[in-house]
Amino acid sequence: MNGMNVKFGYRDNFLGDIRPVDELIAQNTVIDGSKAVINANTLKHKEVNDVLREVVLRGASEITLNNVYGQRYIGTRLVLPRGHKPVKITINKFPGNDLGMFLKGHQIIVNGNAQDGVGNTMDDGEIIVYGRAGDVVAMSMRDGKVFVRDNVGYRAAIHMKQYKNKLPVLVVGGTAQDFLGEYMAGGIVMLLGLNLKAGEPHRANYIGTGMHGGVIYLRGTVEQHQLGKEVGVRELDDADRKIVSTYVKQYCEYFGGNAEEILKGSFIKLLPVSLRPYGKIYAY
Amino acid sequence: MLVQKHFESDRFIPDKKHDACGLFGVMNTKGEKFGGSMAINAIKNMKVRGSGLGGGFAIYGLYPEYKEYYALHIMYQNKNLDAKRRVEAFLKEHFYVVYDEEIPTNPDVALFFPPIVWRYYVAPQKKSEDQAIPDDEYVVTRVMYLNTNVDDAYVFSSGKDVGVFKGVGFPEEIADYFMLDKLYQGHIWTVHSRFPTNTPGWWGGAHPFNILDWTVVHNGEISSYGTNRRYLEMHNYYCTLHTDTEVLAYAVDLLMRRQSLPIEIVSKIFAPPMWDVIEKMNENDKELFTALRMTYAPLLMNGPFTVIIAHHNEMIGLTDRIRLRPITAGAKGDFVFLSSEEASIRAVCPDLEMAWTPPGGEPVVVRMNSQDHLLSVKNSI
Repeated sequence: MNGMNVKFGYRDNFLGDIRPVDELIAQNTVIDGSKAVINANTLKHKEVNDVLREVVLRGASEITLNNVYGQRYIGTRLVLPRGHKPVKITINKFPGNDLGMFLKGHQIIVNGNAQDGVGNTMDDGEIIVYGRAGDVVAMSMRDGKVFVRDNVGYRAAIHMKQYKNKLPVLVVGGTAQDFLGEYMAGGIVMLLGLNLKAGEPHRANYIGTGMHGGVIYLRGTVEQHQLGKEVGVRELDDADRKIVSTYVKQYCEYFGGNAEEILKGSFIKLLPVSLRPYGKIYAY
Repeated sequence: MLVQKHFESDRFIPDKKHDACGLFGVMNTKGEKFGGSMAINAIKNMKVRGSGLGGGFAIYGLYPEYKEYYALHIMYQNKNLDAKRRVEAFLKEHFYVVYDEEIPTNPDVALFFPPIVWRYYVAPQKKSEDQAIPDDEYVVTRVMYLNTNVDDAYVFSSGKDVGVFKGVGFPEEIADYFMLDKLYQGHIWTVHSRFPTNTPGWWGGAHPFNILDWTVVHNGEISSYGTNRRYLEMHNYYCTLHTDTEVLAYAVDLLMRRQSLPIEIVSKIFAPPMWDVIEKMNENDKELFTALRMTYAPLLMNGPFTVIIAHHNEMIGLTDRIRLRPITAGAKGDFVFLSSEEASIRAVCPDLEMAWTPPGGEPVVVRMNSQDHLLSVKNSI
């Protein structure tokens, strides 16, 4: 009956019993100069982020999180004092939803599969997933880069945006499920289709539905009916090829593979046909 | 001057958390029985998905010594002993009650207003005019009668060799309360931690929902509830539990038991392909899917959902057609897992052999002595 509210039953179900950070540092953490190893076993998601913040403030810049099983929001709240350098966080193995939410400039490496909401509203930095990721990857992301080695789920890059020098990038090595780039308002999405057989179309339907900004680069086959009504197909020009080549090379640096071979594949570019696709419906 | 008084809205009660539901199911495809530790630990791992307002378990292969009899789990709200007397008089008239007992509970676990929970092992006692009615049909009718006519009494589990345990609390508290890990073993365990979307948190309203040996746990919200409910009422199913998921349990019973449709078809009734997808199919499929959409339009489940449906030899995971709620399947040897989150499967089975996520509307069907669950891998990510 812990934590009953006036409305019976609304309980504080995961912020209760949070242990003090000093206790957790003593029990679950080994700090060695700039390196720190955190044992996340039995830690709640708030505790993980508390400890993460504390070890960074104590001078660690390369942090390894072990025994992660589903803790959410890892890397959020890690906004550091002015002049503090971004840190590198390695996660073994399975982070929970909203990994790197609001991430501000740090690098997160996941040695396993990620779940839903990777890079949700991410501000800057880099997330590299050595595996697959779930739904709504890079949702509302506004800067930084997300690299996923394998596939992603539904609604990747939903409402991704850009502003002046803020330009988010999502690179997916495999394929995606439906609604890739839904309501996309800016940024770059790259889908490489490396695990598809020759001629096998991408899995996603309704690609770019409601898209009104940004660009999607697709390598491999896609049928016309898989595309949303709001996107048009274009050939790549020289500027596009330069962008694609930059990120494919970076992808191969992280995950291996032959960048030259990948770049030989056929690419198309998807652009929104209107900057206000629903302007006629909602504006009056 | 009159100034409008500022009332704080219920929506902004500080501790109210808008979480999702957590679902988990595990089945041994060889039918070997195992304890509840995997199901309990997995749902504990997804605690943030729950709200403490409901949790429950369905266990198959639970009562081997009484497997010929329907095991009725009945809760009496408000400790209403009069309801109990009325129910027992009814049972005596319509069934042979071979054994009954209070379901053992752990007195050290404090939960919110627990009802009296009793179980009865019964066999139908048919009058001469009922002889032609199949047993299952007979039991469904009696369960519906009790749920609609006796105040404070709810039959929340009515299958053979299967039991549902549920209530208000976190699922691990419910497991402690009914001592599931100590007392029971089964070959399928499904579990749910509930955030009541639009419905009060009460003991009968927790998942799983059961009718005969069918159980459903559900994450999401069935916005077509009204249509579905009216259609089911035409087939003598009455919704009494104040929550949307109930329609799914009855729809499954109607389509799969009464009409003997396979789950592959039922899943296309609940989550049918869009018309523009049907348009692109070959002639055979086009005819089939058009017919299904026309015939069963009132059983289309609209809105976001992920469900795990189970009965004795099957466990099925299904999402809505544009997958507004998550599901992940996993397998290791004879064990197959379905879960809202991959990490919770990994947490209880660290050496998992494979994990996959099917597209929306495509069921993962786990069958006894088969590898059918692998059929969904091809289109998955």
